[in-house]
Amino acid sequence: MLKILKAGFYTTVQDAGRFHFRNKGVPVSGVMDEMSVFKINFLLENEPAAAVLEITMTGPTLIFEEETYMALGGAEMSATLNNLPIQNYKVYQIEVGDILSFGRLEKGFRSYLGVKEGFTTKEVLGSKSFYKPITKVNRLIDNDVVPFSAQNEFQPKISEIKVDSFLDVSILEVSKGPEFDMLNDKQLEDIFSKDFTVAHENNRMAYQLTETITEHSISMLTSATIPGTVQLTPAGKLIILMKDGQTTGGYPRAVQLTDKAICILAQKRGGDAISFKLV
Amino acid sequence: MSSPKINIKPFGVHSVLIEWPNEVSEHILEKILHFETFLKNELLTNQEWEMVPSYNSLLLINRTAQIDFQKISKDIITWYAQLGESTKPDRYLWRLPVNYDLEYGLDLEEVANKLHKTKEEIIAMHTGATYIVYGIGFLPGFMYLGGIDKELEVPRKATPRSKVIKGAVGIAGKQAGIYPQESPGGWNIIGNCSVPIFDVSKENPCFVSVGDKIEFYQISRAEHNLHKIEAEVGIYKPEKIKIDA
Repeated sequence: MLKILKAGFYTTVQDAGRFHFRNKGVPVSGVMDEMSVFKINFLLENEPAAAVLEITMTGPTLIFEEETYMALGGAEMSATLNNLPIQNYKVYQIEVGDILSFGRLEKGFRSYLGVKEGFTTKEVLGSKSFYKPITKVNRLIDNDVVPFSAQNEFQPKISEIKVDSFLDVSILEVSKGPEFDMLNDKQLEDIFSKDFTVAHENNRMAYQLTETITEHSISMLTSATIPGTVQLTPAGKLIILMKDGQTTGGYPRAVQLTDKAICILAQKRGGDAISFKLV
Repeated sequence: MSSPKINIKPFGVHSVLIEWPNEVSEHILEKILHFETFLKNELLTNQEWEMVPSYNSLLLINRTAQIDFQKISKDIITWYAQLGESTKPDRYLWRLPVNYDLEYGLDLEEVANKLHKTKEEIIAMHTGATYIVYGIGFLPGFMYLGGIDKELEVPRKATPRSKVIKGAVGIAGKQAGIYPQESPGGWNIIGNCSVPIFDVSKENPCFVSVGDKIEFYQISRAEHNLHKIEAEVGIYKPEKIKIDA
């Protein structure tokens, strides 16, 4: 068990996502930054889909009530283990009573905590990922406990990796969305030449951008959307759907973020600069 | 009848979008669902594939692999031509109970005034139509219902409510639906349905599928309360009739 002493801003359990219910309107959910989590689960020699904690902006204080091995990744949040600084993408052996806490957010927005074999919270519709009301709760609060199975005989093949951090990258690579060809030259020029700012309306469902582009009156029938879909509202606002985003939408799908661009954006917060590049 | 033309577009590297003519038509929806069933049963049977039908489109999503768009486009065209008399999906008509008391039908009087009708006439029009589920999205189990009586078309509310309760039955423009959970919402609320549309404790959490039909019938407050209790303990089953294709 991992016990939450102090919850922090927004911490959830996430795995690879909830598949096969999108036709019933259930978002896919799952970790926002798949690349960082892939590395953590690789280090811990877990299944790639093993559940981790997704820690947003302000980290929690946690106490381990069983032995395990852990690794952190994603945002740089000045993490400490029993008050000693620790680094991302390195395996640490954990004793009963060890306390993990987080300090100042240095870079990025979402940090990830993985343990050996992953967290073992209950699956709902095939996934452990929090998404209310599919799961009863939407985030962890003080005194919650998150189960995992105790491990004390793991000898990691690789105990640490140097990563090529993308936390400073601000260019989001995109491909054409289904309605790309319905946009006019001015709208396309706006999208690819403007510098945009992440709005404060940003969460696991969607990231809005502060700047608007030329408005439109394109009318379309509601159709499927996926994480990374950039919708253009009639008023010219860009809304980028993320992992908890709705499964259908009626706004033109202008461009589509690559998998990597979704990870890059997942590490941005309100006020950060981004731009789009067509690939 | 010949098959309507399709248009295939890439949508990211994990999915491909198939589009039919841009119109709201039961014939097109049937074709989309027939093709979806054909793909699921015979061609894309691997669990990696997931499909989302809606109005005039079908999205094919591969969970992990990158799709070779050129190859799958050719395949889809070939497969669509082979559709023929392959198995069609089972479709159902669901009859759902609604209580229209003003405690639930928050906007019933306003809608009646706007449309110069009585509340009873509004209820009669709402219960008199057979709706088609053209899509499920926005929220888990939120149905986009087509087929509203033309005379019942009323614009969405100027100011959306920050909280609409679970089961709220709404209308807005050409659309009708039920809020499957508490959420913000801008539709006119005219009643409440006691049947939970989405229930995570069930293996199939949402009994309705795209392509099904919905009819509403009026029930009293006492029946509504009884259904709610039955639904909570999981013994209430909505009335279902198989639609013959």
